[in-house]
Amino acid sequence: MAQVVFNPHACKGCGLCVSACPKKIIDLDSKALNEKGYAPAYIKDREKCIVCGFCATICPDVAIKIQE
Amino acid sequence: MAKTFDRPKALTDKPFHYCPGCTHGIVHRLVAEAIDALGIQEKTIGVAPVGCAVFAYDYFDVDMLEAAHGRAPAVATGIKRVKPENIVFTYQGDGDLASIGTAEIVHAANRGENITVIFINNAIYGMTGGQMAPTTLIGQVTTTSPYGRDPKVAGYPLHVSEMLATTMGAAYIERVSVHDVPNIKKAGKAIEKAFRNQIEGKGFSMIEVLSTCPTNWGMAPVDALGWLKDNMIPQYPLGVYRDKEEEAKAQ
Repeated sequence: MAQVVFNPHACKGCGLCVSACPKKIIDLDSKALNEKGYAPAYIKDREKCIVCGFCATICPDVAIKIQE
Repeated sequence: MAKTFDRPKALTDKPFHYCPGCTHGIVHRLVAEAIDALGIQEKTIGVAPVGCAVFAYDYFDVDMLEAAHGRAPAVATGIKRVKPENIVFTYQGDGDLASIGTAEIVHAANRGENITVIFINNAIYGMTGGQMAPTTLIGQVTTTSPYGRDPKVAGYPLHVSEMLATTMGAAYIERVSVHDVPNIKKAGKAIEKAFRNQIEGKGFSMIEVLSTCPTNWGMAPVDALGWLKDNMIPQYPLGVYRDKEEEAKAQ
């Protein structure tokens, strides 16, 4: 089963994936900070994820992968 | 259900230096995906511009050369003529291509050089601090047009795709955008076609990509996508402006 994987180290917290997600299940983790000083994006409700790949398509930093 | 999705092989592992939400990263990935899809990584040579994408040579895992500001099409011409078996592309912003490099791009197109040009139009100078570019919209506020671009003083936005489509040499000219997922997919197809045209020897291909500059536009990245859609696309309509092959078929 394919799964969306976010790389919090590569994320710059721009939020484009948040806006592109049709299920509205991506958010920026305001409690976390990565090495770059950004609040990284994460999937808050993985069960609702349909693995459409929209987040990966719009991510400007190639921080999102879809893996088997 | 999406297939697997991973970093294209034609990108290095180096993280982009671009600002959060800058669409340069999306277009870099699309170019790399096209190189991967066509299996041309080993024979592709890229020419980097001056501007925010000046470090493009660090990001594309192909042979890269850095051109003087605006001169990428001239450098690419030289490379392609000496090494016609290689696939040569330039990656240029609007300050590079549409301002200081106007002569080079016009004549490369008019000569019908068999190269691929990726042109990023974000209506502003990014790297130097948000100054007015030739592509800046009428009324758009920049650091050098603080009251908005006034055409009486600063002229009008330059429509590069329309202009190059009038040259006899250009084979393929298309304007795309990356403000949402469907348009990113279309942009990817257009970029791949521009590379395929070169492989097939069809001649000069340029893809103009409407892009955002959240930092210098003074907007959140998501708001910048909306601004592009609402303000840039009416000024810079998307579509194919030149397709010599289709024109020949129609005759």
